[in-house]
Amino acid sequence: MADLKERFKEYWEGFKPGVWQEEINTRDFIVSNFTPYYGDSSFLSGPTERTKKMNDKLNELFKKERENGGVLDINVDVVSSLCNYPAAYLDKENEIIVGYQTDAPLKRGVNPFGGIRMARSACEAYGYKLGDSVEEHFEYRTTHNDGVFRVYTDEMKLARHVGIITGLPDAYGRGRIIGDYRRVALYGIDYLIEQKTLDKKKVGEGTMDVDSIRLSEELFQQINFLNKLKQMAAMYGYDISMPARDTREAIQWTYFAYLGAIKEQNGAAMSLGRTSTFFDIYVCRDMERGILDEEHAQELIDDFVMKLRSARHLRTPEYNELFGGDPMWITESVGGITTDNVPLVTKGSYRMLNTLYNLGSSPEPNLTILWSERLPEPFKKFCAQVSVDTDSIQYENDDLMRMEYGDDYAIACCVSAMKVGKQMQFFGARFNLPKLLLLAINGGYDNMSGMKLGPQMEPMQGDVLNYFEVRGRLDVYREWLCKLYANTMNVIHYMHDKYAYEKTQMALHDTDVDRMMAFGIAGLSVMADSLSAIKFAKVKPIRDEQGYIIDFETEGDFPKFGNDDNRVDKIAQGIIQRVSAELKKNPTYRNSRHTLSALTITSNVVYGKKTGSTPDGRKKGEPFAPGANPMHNREVNGAVASLNSVAKLQYDYCKDGISNTFSIVPDALGKTKEQRVANLVTILDGYFANYAHHLNVNVLNKEKLMEAYENPEAYPNLTIRVSGYAVNFHKLSKEQQREVISRTFHETV
Amino acid sequence: MECRYNSIQTLGTVDGPGVRCILFLQGCPLRCGYCHNPETRPLEGGITATVNEIFERVLRCRNYFGKEGGLTVSGGEPLLQAEFVRELFIKCHENGINTCLDTSGCIINDKVEALLSVTDTVLLDIKMTNDNDYRRHIGCGIENPLKFLELTAKKNVTVWIRQVIVPGVNATEENIALLNDMANRYDNVKLVELLPFRKLCKAKYEQRGEEFVFDIYDTPTKELMASLNAGLDKGIKE
Repeated sequence: MADLKERFKEYWEGFKPGVWQEEINTRDFIVSNFTPYYGDSSFLSGPTERTKKMNDKLNELFKKERENGGVLDINVDVVSSLCNYPAAYLDKENEIIVGYQTDAPLKRGVNPFGGIRMARSACEAYGYKLGDSVEEHFEYRTTHNDGVFRVYTDEMKLARHVGIITGLPDAYGRGRIIGDYRRVALYGIDYLIEQKTLDKKKVGEGTMDVDSIRLSEELFQQINFLNKLKQMAAMYGYDISMPARDTREAIQWTYFAYLGAIKEQNGAAMSLGRTSTFFDIYVCRDMERGILDEEHAQELIDDFVMKLRSARHLRTPEYNELFGGDPMWITESVGGITTDNVPLVTKGSYRMLNTLYNLGSSPEPNLTILWSERLPEPFKKFCAQVSVDTDSIQYENDDLMRMEYGDDYAIACCVSAMKVGKQMQFFGARFNLPKLLLLAINGGYDNMSGMKLGPQMEPMQGDVLNYFEVRGRLDVYREWLCKLYANTMNVIHYMHDKYAYEKTQMALHDTDVDRMMAFGIAGLSVMADSLSAIKFAKVKPIRDEQGYIIDFETEGDFPKFGNDDNRVDKIAQGIIQRVSAELKKNPTYRNSRHTLSALTITSNVVYGKKTGSTPDGRKKGEPFAPGANPMHNREVNGAVASLNSVAKLQYDYCKDGISNTFSIVPDALGKTKEQRVANLVTILDGYFANYAHHLNVNVLNKEKLMEAYENPEAYPNLTIRVSGYAVNFHKLSKEQQREVISRTFHETV
Repeated sequence: MECRYNSIQTLGTVDGPGVRCILFLQGCPLRCGYCHNPETRPLEGGITATVNEIFERVLRCRNYFGKEGGLTVSGGEPLLQAEFVRELFIKCHENGINTCLDTSGCIINDKVEALLSVTDTVLLDIKMTNDNDYRRHIGCGIENPLKFLELTAKKNVTVWIRQVIVPGVNATEENIALLNDMANRYDNVKLVELLPFRKLCKAKYEQRGEEFVFDIYDTPTKELMASLNAGLDKGIKE
């Protein structure tokens, strides 16, 4: 393939050679060419005058959007896709990186491929009506949602209805797929098309069976959409058929690829990948050539990030209940180290974080630090400083994930790691553990809806719940639910591939992609504490007239998750192990590998609402703790004990992520800013040295949130970490806000 | 050997250098009017635990200590259980864990002196700067705390002096000047930290059916604290 080097000679000049010049291999390009940076943040540039002006304009639009009830405008007549809208600008003369999703900034498009009902009701929720031509068109078209419901069994529908499995991506795009958007910058579209064409030819040379026929059609669509991507860029006056020549083009090409993806798909999480060190390679080359300085390098990143902050999808109010705050999960993974232990931290990593200062704090992009013990000390400090100042970033354990995913993985959504361009996942929301417990205790009767589901048996008898009997019942119901859950997922993802396949994103993956099926659980700490109460205290069931258990009276104390107490922490470990093992017994669509997460987003509120009183003392309807967090205010030994409990949950059984949100008041983190930063670094080092996976960090006072709860308009930019992502506090529902306020804030004693 | 303790706080960042695990021992001979942990005062009660049991829990925090952090023993008055604390600190030192003692310095004996030999940092609460105020608000004379300070100097143990500032009691420039002189007299005193009087503990008193004697005083403003701090040579620099 020496001809490739020749063909792209002028584009690749100045880069160090490697395998990346013989095959599509972004990772090899990065590790062969990046310049690690061990210094501090003093080199960074502030915003240029142009950036400030653009950011003001954008903030003005955000304000209008807020005043308009959360949605600025909807284009109800055009179905969102790559080339369906004319080019749009915020300020054409002054934009450096261009491209919007629809015909105007922040204007939302309709995307009915996942389901027409969702698109229709989302329009109506904001006072719009889906255009007639769209309605008509989709009368003759099967959506993903149509397909799923043609096949759903009565039991699947019932499980969904009573809320034991919730948040399934059966009415919108599944998301959690990261295209390797960088490939467009490094190779240009034409070469990518050529490679996919070769792949398709190869498929045709083998046996044509169900799998290869499907793959061949997918490749056809991928190639089709790569062409559309080229057209889309042309509408903005760019030819992206060849590789990028400089930094601005590298960012622009990459952004076009991402833009194509979010025009095509309204996936729950549309994450970006791992771009900052990739871009830095272009910056270094341009600086060496004397055509770029630090100020303008930062300006490019700032402009790019402004575009990311403008990305929007149209959602229904029910969706917002599950995933509050209008998130896109434009997750950008920063940092980490290479497999031979060189920090992947570059000046580019700093520039990406610096956007939080230059443009103000913001939930998007969802900046995620891949933390390693071996990250340079100044970088660790800068990250901690950004946390203390902005509450906008999260941390995940690179030393843990690198073993599994190598050194060019990225986080999709909140905590889901995947090798960029090589792996994808079938996103599967989560099931409700405490509800499963209640269902088991009541012998297949849901005490919230009054419906019967699952294996039918008598409700548990006796004055006090017997731990071993409860465990025995759980085994039966877990087996039933895991099978149902896996089958439901298989239906969903079969139909998503069939009717709403991610053509643009999958075109930016290897053809032979590795698939994971990501299951999830909600209410882990409620479940662990409930089992602990049954084991160590006396839990007396309270029954209704029909003999069903509707509440509990718990006598005596019991160990609670979050206190570094093995008696209950081992119960929590066991819950994850058993669910993971049970799920793996069930075959999956396209032989995807089962993974599991303990992550709730903001759905812990809705899950709690749908769940009766539990033996741990939580009352009917009260929220669960988010993700793998201990239940609010049950941690009595301080933050490290709480972190230790969560760190004990084994990543091996939960490779789709274990989410923990940690809030601490500034005074409890140290007396001076310098101490707070140093102490936060130490805490992160300690937590991750204990093999923990993920930590959201909030450094703020509860009083501030209470003020923002009362006077939201006074805090338009208050950003907080919730559960694997960040939100503008004012965008959460009042109910979600109250739940956030009620959480444990670690304080000084 | 066993101790009586009240609680363990696994993340402390304001009681000694770095990130620390803090053991609150049970029992205190003093009756400070502003005490914010009245539950730790009775000599009876609390939880009993051996050196090994406590040390196991300290070890669980070890990864969080970083280069500076470690164990702080507070109270109550840890000097009441000096032998236990000494054994615990020896165990810490054997395992490379930094030790810090948070005390009023109101007890002087051989056991206390022995304890200082295995203490890396002392947080010495110099509660007042004259004997009258000590006897009136604290319940002991100033003599022992001063002797204790002298002892730390003799043994060359790093000391951070702390004082709770209560307007109407000790929130005066004269008091701060005296405190400053005291701190400057000793090279082993590295830091003087003024802590604002707070009333968050009031509920605890009500719950215990005890009188919160200092409820009659105001809490200091940020500005007052800053201006008093400015009078210290070894004060905290923001």
